[in-house]
Amino acid sequence: MSWAARVTHLRKDYILGTVTVEALRGVSLDVPVGDLISIMGASGSGKSTLLNLLGCLDRATSGEIWLGDQNVSDLSDDELSEIRASEIGLIFQSYNLISQLTVLENIEVPLYYQGTLGRESREYCRHLAELVGLGDRLKHRPYQLSGGQQQRVAVARSLANRPQFILADEPTGNLDSATTKEILDLLVRLNEGGTTVIIVTHEQEVADITRRQIHLTDGLIDRDVRNEPAVLVT
Amino acid sequence: MINWLRTWKIGVKSLLLHPMRSLLTVLGIFIGTASVIWLLAIGEGISSRAQQQIEQLGAQNIIVKSKKPVVSDSTARRLTPYGITREDYVRLSDPELLPTVQRAIRIREIRRTFRFADNTIDGRLVGCTPEYAEVMRLTLDRGRFLGHADLEAENNFCVLAAEVAQALFPLEDPLGQYVRVEHDSTDHEPYVVVGVMQPRASTSAIGSSLEGQDFSGDVYIPITSFWRRLGDRIISASSGTFEGEIVELNQVTLQVSNVDEVVETADLVETTMNLTHKEKEDFEIIVPLELLEQVRTMRIMFMVFMGTIAAISLVVGGIGIMNIMLATVTERTREIGIRRALGAKRGDITRQFLAETIVLTVVGGSCGVLGGLLCGPAIGLLRNGMERLIPATMAEMPEVIRNLDPVMVGWSIPLAFSISVGVGLIFGLYPAMRAAAMDPIEALRHE
Ligand SMILES: Nc1ncnc2c1ncn2[C@@H]1O[C@H](COP(=O)(O)OP(=O)(O)OP(=O)(O)O)[C@@H](O)[C@H]1O
Ligand SMILES: [Mg+2]
Repeated sequence: MSWAARVTHLRKDYILGTVTVEALRGVSLDVPVGDLISIMGASGSGKSTLLNLLGCLDRATSGEIWLGDQNVSDLSDDELSEIRASEIGLIFQSYNLISQLTVLENIEVPLYYQGTLGRESREYCRHLAELVGLGDRLKHRPYQLSGGQQQRVAVARSLANRPQFILADEPTGNLDSATTKEILDLLVRLNEGGTTVIIVTHEQEVADITRRQIHLTDGLIDRDVRNEPAVLVT
Repeated sequence: MINWLRTWKIGVKSLLLHPMRSLLTVLGIFIGTASVIWLLAIGEGISSRAQQQIEQLGAQNIIVKSKKPVVSDSTARRLTPYGITREDYVRLSDPELLPTVQRAIRIREIRRTFRFADNTIDGRLVGCTPEYAEVMRLTLDRGRFLGHADLEAENNFCVLAAEVAQALFPLEDPLGQYVRVEHDSTDHEPYVVVGVMQPRASTSAIGSSLEGQDFSGDVYIPITSFWRRLGDRIISASSGTFEGEIVELNQVTLQVSNVDEVVETADLVETTMNLTHKEKEDFEIIVPLELLEQVRTMRIMFMVFMGTIAAISLVVGGIGIMNIMLATVTERTREIGIRRALGAKRGDITRQFLAETIVLTVVGGSCGVLGGLLCGPAIGLLRNGMERLIPATMAEMPEVIRNLDPVMVGWSIPLAFSISVGVGLIFGLYPAMRAAAMDPIEALRHE
C-alpha cells in the first residue's frame, strides 16, 4: 500500500508566555493514497492544527510527517513553500480569495508560485473554472460572487497545481446545505479522480460522505472509523 | 523572466488601487530627484560662469594693479602719488629678476568723455602698448591697432571700442576721423582714429578682489601719448568737487609662458613690488589661476552642499515610501498569508513589495528627471516674470543671481535617478522583509 501521508507521534505546543497549550499530544495517522477522510472533534481539539501541519504551513514541536516518501519535518521554509506550491491544495472556511484579483487570476496564483504559469496552464485554469461552474464569471472579482461561488473558486484554485492532496478546513462552514452539497460533490468527484482529500468539519452530514472518519479530542485521536476502503489509484 | 514581468504587473495593479496614495508618494520622490538635478545645475551654472570669467583674464597672467591706499583724514587733502611706478615696470619686465615672465604690458587709464561733433560717450581712456590687444584677447574689426612706431612718436592716434565707434560715428566711417576728449588741456590736438575693435562681452565681478572688466567704453591710445598729454597728476572737476590722483601706471599684466610657473612667479612679483612698496598697500596682485583654483574648490564644496540638501529631500521622500509601504503591508497581511499558503516563498513576498516601491521610485525618479531637465527654461521664465513684476528688487540682486544660467550637469541625471531608486530600495526593503517574515497562519487569521 502506498501512503499519501504518514504521521507519527505528532506533538504541537503553543507557548503563550507562561502557559503552554498542547494542541496536539502525540497523533499518529496513516493516510493511503486516494483516501477521503473527515476529521471531527470539539472546538479547540486540534483539528486545524493537524491540518496546518499536514499542509506544511507550520512546524510540529516533535514527531514526524512524511508526505509520499519525503520527510517534511525538518525542511527549510523555502522547501516547505515548494511543497505547498506543488503538492498541496488548501481550502479554507473563509474562502481566502485575493480580493483585487479576478476569478481566473485567483485560480492561477498557485501556478505563479510553482513557476509553471503559461499559456497551457492558463487554459487549464479556465477549464477548472468551468468545472466548478464559473466559466462565465472569469473576469469577476470575489466581492461580486456569493459565498458558495467564492468557495467554488477556492476549490478550483486548490486544484490548479494538480495536487496530491486537498486539505479543506471546514470548507462548508459558512454555507447553506444546498451549497454545501455542491461543494461536497466537487470534492467527492476529485477524490474519485484519485486525489487524496482530508476535510475538517463539524457537520455530521459532511463526515457521512467520507470513507473514513477520524475524531479528535484534546489533541489526541480517540476514534478512527473506516466506512469504505480507500480508492487506490493504479 | 515571466515571473518578474508578472511581479511588476501585480505591483502596478495594487498601486493603482490607491491612486491618491501612490501619487503622493511619487511626488516625494519626484521633488527629491528634480531638486538634485536643479541644485546641481544651479551650482554648476554659478561656478562655471565664474570659471569662464577668470579664464578670460588668462590663466597664464598675473595682474598687478594700482590701488588707492586707505589714508587717514589728515593726509586726505594732500595729493600723494601711489601705485605702480615706471621703475616698478622696468623691474617687473627685467628678465634677470623675473626670468619666467614672457611679456609685461603696462596700462595707464582714466575715465573721460569722448566727443565727435555733437555725439559724446563716457568711457575709459587707456594708454597702452601694442601687445595690449593680444593679451586682453581683443580682436580688431577695422583699421589697425597701435604699433610700436606710434609709441615712439607719441602719436595722437586712437583705436575705438566697437560701442564707442557706434556712439560717436553712427553714420560715418570712423577711420581717419578726429575724436576729442573733454577736460583735456591739449584739446587742440584731437586723436585720429586708426582702428576699431570688435565688441566683446564684459566680464563681471567675481568675489570682492576682482572688479568687472568692461571693454565697451574704451579708447586706446599709445601710453607715451597719455603721459605726454595728461601727465601723472590728473585733476578732474566733476559737479563742483575736485578729484585727483598722481599715478604712473594703473596696471601691469605679466604673462608667463607656462601655467605651472604662475604661482611661483606671482610670489616673486610680490617680493619685487615690496622692495619699494612695503607697507604702502597701494597695489594688489591678482592671480587668475589661483582664483580659478579657488573657484574649482568652491565648486566642489558647492556640489557637496547642494547634493546634501537634495539627498536630504530624497531621504524624506524615502521615509514617505517606507511609511506607505508599512501601511500597505499591514493592510494586506491577509493577502500575504494567502499567498504564502499557496506556495509563495519569503523571497517572493519580498520581491512583490519591493517591486511596488521600485515602481513608485522609478515613476517618481523619471518624472523628477523630466522636471530636472526643465530647470533651464523654468529659471528663465521665473527671471522674466520677476523682472516684470519687481524690476527694482531684481536690479538690486547680485549679478550672479540676475544672470543665473543653470548648466545641466550630465552625470546628475543618472545620479539623481539611481539615488531615488536606491532610496526606494533601501526604504522599501524593511517593509518588504517585514511582510515576508510574517507567519503564514497568523497572517491568514488577520482580519
Ligand atoms: N497560534 C496559536 N497560538 C496559541 N494557541 C493556539 C494557536 N493556534 C491554536 N491554538 C490553540 O491550540 C488548540 C487547538 O486549536 P485548533 O485551531 O487546532 O482547534 P480546532 O479543533 O481547529 O477548533 P475549531 O473547531 O474551533 O476550529 C486550541 O486550544 C487553540 O487555542
Ligand atoms: Mg479550526
